[in-house]
Amino acid sequence: MSSTSLTIRALHDKLISSEITSRQLTESFLQEIGATNDALNIYLTICRDEALAMADAADRRIEKGDADILTGIPLALKDIFLSEGVRTTCGSQILENFIAPYDSTAVARLKERGAVLLGKLNMDEFAMGSSNENSAFGAARNPWDTSCVTGGSSGGSAAAVAARMAMATLGTDTGGSIRQPASHCGVVGLKPTYGRVSRYGVIAYASSLDQVGPMTRSVEDCAIMLGAIAGYDPLDSTSIDTLVPDYCAGLIGDIKGVRIGLPKEYFVDGLDPEVKRVIDATIATYTDLGAQMVEVSLPHTDYAVACYYLIATAEASSNLARYDGVRFGKRVDKGDGLIEMYRQSRAAGFGAEVKRRIMLGTYALSSGYYDAYYLKAQKVRTLIRQDFLAAFEKVDVILTPVAPTPAFPLGEKTNDPLQMYLSDIFTIPANLAGTCAMSLPAGFSDAGLPIGQQLIGKPFAEASLLKIGHAFEQVTDWHSRQAPNCGGTI
Amino acid sequence: MRDKYEVVIGLEVHVQMTTRTKIFCGCSTTFGNEPNSQTCPVCLGLPGALPVLNKQVVENAIMTGLATNCKIAPRSLFARKNYFYPDLPKGYQISQFELPICEQGWLDIEVEGGKQKRIGITRIHMEEDAGKLLHGDTPESSGNSFVDLNRACTPLLEVVSEPDMRSSDEAIAYLKKLHQIVIYLGVCDGNLEEGSFRCDANVSIRPRGQKELGTRAELKNINSFRFIKQAIEYEIDRQAELLEDGGKVIQETRLFDSNTGVSRSMRGKEEAHDYRYFPDPDLVPLVIDETWIEAIRTELPELPESKYRRYTETFGLQAYDASVLIAEKAVAEYFEACVALFDDAKSCANWIMGELSRRLNDNGLTIAHSPVTPEMLVGILQRVADNTISGNIAKKVFETMWQSGQEADIIIEEQGLKQVTDSGAIEKIVDAVIAANPEQVADYRAGKEKLIGFFVGKVMQQSKGKANPGMVNELMKKKLAFPLYGEK
Repeated sequence: MSSTSLTIRALHDKLISSEITSRQLTESFLQEIGATNDALNIYLTICRDEALAMADAADRRIEKGDADILTGIPLALKDIFLSEGVRTTCGSQILENFIAPYDSTAVARLKERGAVLLGKLNMDEFAMGSSNENSAFGAARNPWDTSCVTGGSSGGSAAAVAARMAMATLGTDTGGSIRQPASHCGVVGLKPTYGRVSRYGVIAYASSLDQVGPMTRSVEDCAIMLGAIAGYDPLDSTSIDTLVPDYCAGLIGDIKGVRIGLPKEYFVDGLDPEVKRVIDATIATYTDLGAQMVEVSLPHTDYAVACYYLIATAEASSNLARYDGVRFGKRVDKGDGLIEMYRQSRAAGFGAEVKRRIMLGTYALSSGYYDAYYLKAQKVRTLIRQDFLAAFEKVDVILTPVAPTPAFPLGEKTNDPLQMYLSDIFTIPANLAGTCAMSLPAGFSDAGLPIGQQLIGKPFAEASLLKIGHAFEQVTDWHSRQAPNCGGTI
Repeated sequence: MRDKYEVVIGLEVHVQMTTRTKIFCGCSTTFGNEPNSQTCPVCLGLPGALPVLNKQVVENAIMTGLATNCKIAPRSLFARKNYFYPDLPKGYQISQFELPICEQGWLDIEVEGGKQKRIGITRIHMEEDAGKLLHGDTPESSGNSFVDLNRACTPLLEVVSEPDMRSSDEAIAYLKKLHQIVIYLGVCDGNLEEGSFRCDANVSIRPRGQKELGTRAELKNINSFRFIKQAIEYEIDRQAELLEDGGKVIQETRLFDSNTGVSRSMRGKEEAHDYRYFPDPDLVPLVIDETWIEAIRTELPELPESKYRRYTETFGLQAYDASVLIAEKAVAEYFEACVALFDDAKSCANWIMGELSRRLNDNGLTIAHSPVTPEMLVGILQRVADNTISGNIAKKVFETMWQSGQEADIIIEEQGLKQVTDSGAIEKIVDAVIAANPEQVADYRAGKEKLIGFFVGKVMQQSKGKANPGMVNELMKKKLAFPLYGEK
C-alpha cells in the first residue's frame, strides 16, 4: 500500500471518499511498525488496541459526515506527552512503569479531532540530549543511515515521520529538540512561539523554554498539526490567549519581497562545508522566489549556549525533584531510611546526562552562586531576545543552518558532552528568545544524509514561517525524498 | 536576672485561607476527609501538571494587606523553594521570595498602661501548604509512614513581622490582633487547633541599652496563644541563663513541646537548608492594578478598630463593653443584628454579654449556634421596654426561649407572664400584704425602712412576679407612710 507516503490532506480525502478506512490505514501502519521497529528502535510503546479502537471510532465519525481533517489519521507522540492509560517513560528508567493517569492538553486536542494515536516514541531521557543516545531504552536509528544518530531529543518523533511509521508526530523543543532531529532525519519540525501550545501534561524539562510542536512530512502537514494543538489553555498559565490563525489558509501566494535576514554570527568560519553548501543553495532558491536577503546581526549569539545550560539545568534540577520514589515511578528502598531511599531511587532511576544536568542546575541556583550564574543568565537571555526583536525590525524571518553538521555516527560524541551541547548552537537562541522557528529539508550531504534549514520568525508569526517554507517546498523536492530504511513502502 | 536583658521578638504567622478550592488547582480544601480524596494531578505533583493561581487567594492576600496597612505590590512573583520531603509532592513549595504581594505594613497593639504601640509588618506572601504524614500505629502498619495530600496545595498567607515586640505579652497582643483581623476579613477560620493559624517566633535577648540584636532562636509551629507565651518565656529564660553562665546563644531552630513546657533544638544554622529559591517559570508575574486594589478596598468588611469607635461613639457603649463585643466577629455581628431591630444598644449589649453568653458558655456553644436568634432576643427586650414584662420575668422568658425556641410573645401569652399594671389589682395585693404582716409594718413605721424590700418581695411573690415592680414600690411606700383609713 502506498498510503504511507501521502500527505495528511491526501489521506483525508481518501478517508472521506471511502477509498480507505482508518482501520485499514491504522493496521497498515501497525504492521509496518511491527516489521521495522526492532531495527530502528523508534517506538517505546505501541498502542495497538487503543489505536484500532480510535480508528474504528474515527471510521464511524467519518461515516456520519462529522470528520475533521485529522480524523482517522495515524499519529504518534514523543514519550514525554501524558496520554491517559498509556505508559509514559520520558525515556527514563525512573518512569519505566509509569502509566499516565490523564491526557496532556495537546493529546486531548488530537483525540477530540479523532486522530489515531499509534504509540509513544523514543527520546533522550527527560528530553536532555541531541542524539537520542541518552534514552534509557537505547538510541533510535536514523532511517537514512542506521549507523547515525537521529538527533534529539525528539529523535523518535523525527525518525518515525522519516521512516513513514506515522503520518505525523508531536515533539518538544527546549533548545532545538524538534528542529535538530528534523534536520537530521529530513522532515519538517516546528517549534512554536513560547505560549502558543499548552505545556499541560507534557513532562517538564526546562519550563521557561519547553514548547510542543509538530514533526511532519511537509509544511502543509505541519500547518494542519499546529492548527490542531495551538491555542490558549486555562491549565497552563504560560499559554497565551491570542487568536490561532488558519495556518493552512495562509499557505497560498508568493513570497516576493519577503525580507530574509542572514545573521552574520551564524555564518562563520568552521561551518561544515556541506551544511554551508546547502544553506547557500537555499539562499539562492529564496532569491529566485523573489525574496530579499538582508544581513542582520545577533550580537549575543556567542553567549547563547552557556546561557541555555544555566537556565535549562537550573529549572530541570527543580522540575525533576518530584521523581523521588515516594508516589510514583521507580523506588529503591533497602530499608535504610528516607534519605537513602531518595538517593538510591534517583541513582538507579536517572541516567548520566540527567544527573549531570541536575548537578549543574543545583549548583547554578545555590546560595552564593545564584547571582553569578542563574541571574546573570537571565539577563543575557533578555539581551538575546532583544537581539532578535531588533533584527525583526528589519526582516520578516531569519534564515540559518539548523545544526553544525549532518547526523553524526552513533557513539561519536557520547564521551564529549561539550561537543554534544554545541550541536544545538543554532537552535538554542530561538528558545531563549521565546520565538518560533522551523526546520525544513534543504538538501543532502554527499553521504546522502539530509540537511535542514532553519527559519526563525517573529513571536506568534508561525504563519509566516509556514508560508515561506511552503513556497520553498513548491520548488524543491527534498522533503518528499524517501529514506532507505523506511517502514512504509513507497 | 532577666531584667538585665531586653527581649526582641519577631513573628512569622502562617494563616491558612478559607478559600473553597486550593491555591493552584480546583480541589476542595475541606478539612478532615478521607486521605488523598481531595487531590488531582496538580496537587499530587504528577509529571506534566502545572499550577494555575486561584484568584480568590490573591484577593484575600490583598484584603489582608490593606487591613494591615501594607503596600500592595503592582507586580509580584512566585518562587520555588526547593527541598525534599515526602509531604511535598513536587520537591519544591511554590511560595513568594523576591517581590511578595504585600510589604511595609503595620498594626497598632495595646501595651502596658493602655498605650498604643506600632508593630511593623515586613511582608505578607502567598504560598501553598504541604501534605501531612501519618505514622502507622497498628501492628500491621507500624514502622510505615503514610502520606495524605488533601492539605497539599491549600493556600497560606505568611505574615512576617518586624522584630518590634519586647515581651511575650506584646507578642500575644499582636497575634490576637492579627488573628482577629483575618477572621473579620473572612480570610481564615482562625482555628488554632486545626492549624489554621500557626506561629513561628524569632526570639533574642540583648543587654539593655545595646543596639545590636542578639543571636536569635526560631521557635517552630506553636498552635495556641498560651503555648506561644510559654514558649517565648521559656526561651527568654534559657537565653538569659546561657548568657549569665558566660555561654553564647547559637542560631538554631527549636521545637516547643507543649506537654513538657520545654523546647529542644531541631537544627542548627549549619544544617539550615539552601532552598535554592528561583522564580517559578510555570507561573507568570502577578500584576495587580490600582483598580483591582480599590475595588477590594471598597468591599473590605468593617474592621474591629472601626467597630470599636462606632460602638463607643455612636452607640454610647462603655469601652469595656465595646471591646468585649468586637473581640469575636460573630458576637459583633449578633450585636449589630440586635441593634438594627431595637435601638437600645446598651440593653442589647447587656443581654448579649450577660444572659446569652452565660447560657452559651454553659452549653459550650458559640454564638453562631445560639438557639436564641437576634430577632428572638429583641422580642424579649421590646416587651421589657413597653412594660409588658419586668426584667426578672424577662430572664424567665429567656430560659424558656432557650429550651423551647418559642417567640417571646408566645411564651408570655402561654405562661400568663404579662405584667400587672392595673393599679387597682396591685393595690389589693399591697393591702393584703400590709394586713398580713402587722409586726413588720410597725417596725417599718418605727424607722426600719430597709423592710421595704420585704414588702415589695411579698407582693411580687403573690403576683407571681407579674406586678410592675416600680408601681408596687411606689404604692407600698405610700401606704406604709400613712395609716390607711380605718386601720387601727
